[in-house]
Amino acid sequence: MLSVKKNEPVEFQEDLISKFDELVKRYPEGRQKSALLPMLHLVQAQFGWLSVTAMDKVASYLKIEPIEVYEVATFYTMFFLQPRGKYVLEVCRTGPCCLVGAERIMKHIENRLGVKENEVTPDGLFSWRGIECVAACGMGPVLQIGPEYTYHEHLTEEGVDQLVESLRNKG
Amino acid sequence: MARKLLLEHINVPQINTLAVYREKGGYRAVEKAIKNMSPEDVVEEVKKSGLRGRGGAGFPTGMKWSFLAKPEGVPRYLVCNADESEPGTFKDRYLMTHIPHALIEGMIVSSYALGAKTSYIYVRGEMMPQIRILERAIEEAKAAGFLGKNILGSGYDLELYVQPGGGAYICGEETALLESLEGKRGNPRIKPPFPAIAGLYNCPTVVNNVESIAAVVPILNIGAEEYAKIGIERSTGTKLISASGNINKPGVYEIELGVPVEEFIYSDEYCGGIANGKRLKAVVAGGSSVPILPANLILKTAKGDNRLMTYESLADGGFATGTMLGSGGFVVFDEDQCIVRNTWNFTRFYHHESCGQCSPCREGTGWMEKVLHRLEHGHGNLSDMDLLVDVSKKIEGNTICPLGDAAAWPVASAIRHFRDEFEWHVTHGEESQTGNYGLAHYADPLEPVI
Ligand SMILES: Cc1cc2nc3c(=O)[nH]c(=O)nc-3n(C[C@H](O)[C@H](O)[C@H](O)COP(=O)(O)O)c2cc1C
Repeated sequence: MLSVKKNEPVEFQEDLISKFDELVKRYPEGRQKSALLPMLHLVQAQFGWLSVTAMDKVASYLKIEPIEVYEVATFYTMFFLQPRGKYVLEVCRTGPCCLVGAERIMKHIENRLGVKENEVTPDGLFSWRGIECVAACGMGPVLQIGPEYTYHEHLTEEGVDQLVESLRNKG
Repeated sequence: MARKLLLEHINVPQINTLAVYREKGGYRAVEKAIKNMSPEDVVEEVKKSGLRGRGGAGFPTGMKWSFLAKPEGVPRYLVCNADESEPGTFKDRYLMTHIPHALIEGMIVSSYALGAKTSYIYVRGEMMPQIRILERAIEEAKAAGFLGKNILGSGYDLELYVQPGGGAYICGEETALLESLEGKRGNPRIKPPFPAIAGLYNCPTVVNNVESIAAVVPILNIGAEEYAKIGIERSTGTKLISASGNINKPGVYEIELGVPVEEFIYSDEYCGGIANGKRLKAVVAGGSSVPILPANLILKTAKGDNRLMTYESLADGGFATGTMLGSGGFVVFDEDQCIVRNTWNFTRFYHHESCGQCSPCREGTGWMEKVLHRLEHGHGNLSDMDLLVDVSKKIEGNTICPLGDAAAWPVASAIRHFRDEFEWHVTHGEESQTGNYGLAHYADPLEPVI
């Protein structure tokens, strides 16, 4: 769902715009819309999620209709349409990872963080969710954390505790 | 030891750098192709090698290349499918992480063969670290003169870009991938026209899997004839197998096609046997979309022959008693695993990933998920199994892309081979919530049930 309530003013700084400029050069003349997914990743990396204001700005940069951005942002699961915690722990919940304990790990994360899937901890630091196969089946259970998508493999309950602790200390 | 063509140097320190990759013979295939061969020669060589697409469908790569339309004045594209989203498959991630130049070199040679001057590697967005690795490798290759203008003084120009996806299994389907690369939702296109005629930006396009493209390098290096000597029948060369589940040594293994399944599961060179001393219950041999087989049928065909890791042997018996090599996502289930739960899990996946264009897939996957959910949770009916088969039949073959089939096959095959376990979930609703049906008659034939 698009969030229309929580709409903060959004400023695209020069370094972001220059990254956009680099991106559109990868495609033939008139095909700059191809830059949409990589641009949305850059915007989300900077702001943590995609607000309608941010998407409108992307549309105007690409000279396309805002709806062309919304329909893409709502289709792909990596894009957050609501604010999330600073660290979103995304645990693979598909078959092969479940054979080696992914469901147990998700339960543990829920208890440990004290919030349900997709909710944010009161300190604003954490969210978590189950996601579908991330092509790391031999290293399962696994979780990833954006925006750099660092991987944590062969998860155990203790490993999750240590990870949460170290992220909390980092703040 | 089996012959390694793709992973030969995987353990060499810093093989991810151009310098070390070159020391180990890297970029020889580019030099050979661009200096000594015409594009047609390269296509011919790939045809002769018998290489079949490693993305899942197994379509002969050389033949696909020769279908590419070449109208005057229209650009042609090569797009590498690095979406790797079929559950059970993680070989492309492995290759790109550790030997990125193998893919870059393959892209250069293949682009040259196809006459593409701009090529894209579409990598699933979750593989941000791999995207960075590939971008670094491209910079290195460019600085060394293997990419960019006038490659090795030949007059051939090539630009190579990495494109991130956004998290959608469907974008592994080649026409959905092209839509996504054009900045749209990943809705598969109606075929024909095939990408070879009208693909990216409506121009002739070849889409190939990471491993298919990387395999072109050893084919040029050792020669098509030598490559085709490896393997059996129409399964030539080596194949990366992603092994996961309840085994001692999960990981990516390069096999010579033709290894017996039994050897692959139990030998220390590969999976190293079932973990924790348990027994084998079932295998999904080629990624979540292919039919699941019980232990007795994965090790031997219905005729009693040893089953081999080849396209033909795994398919022996059709869907009645066989399966498919698919993407090589080899998922192993031990005696403690519940087939009903796994079928529900896979079906939830397909429901979640259906793009929603075709109602049989959009609605059918949802219905199957619901019915499987109630079976798994002990509220099912004995008529549910027939209902599931009925729904799966109504999806299969009735959709624009094969995601519908991919959702139907795991359900139909699980009921075909494990019907009594599904029935037990109905007749022993409460017990099934805490207990496990176990092995029953699918027992690992290597160790008879007592
Ligand atoms: C739902 C669906 C998902 C697919 N996912 C992938 C994938 O992740 N990677 C891949 O290489 N091919 C995938 N394919 C197959 C591609 O459509 C295409 O056949 C393949 O990329 C061709 O490359 P190849 O001939 O080198 O195998 C998928 C197909 C379907 C129907």
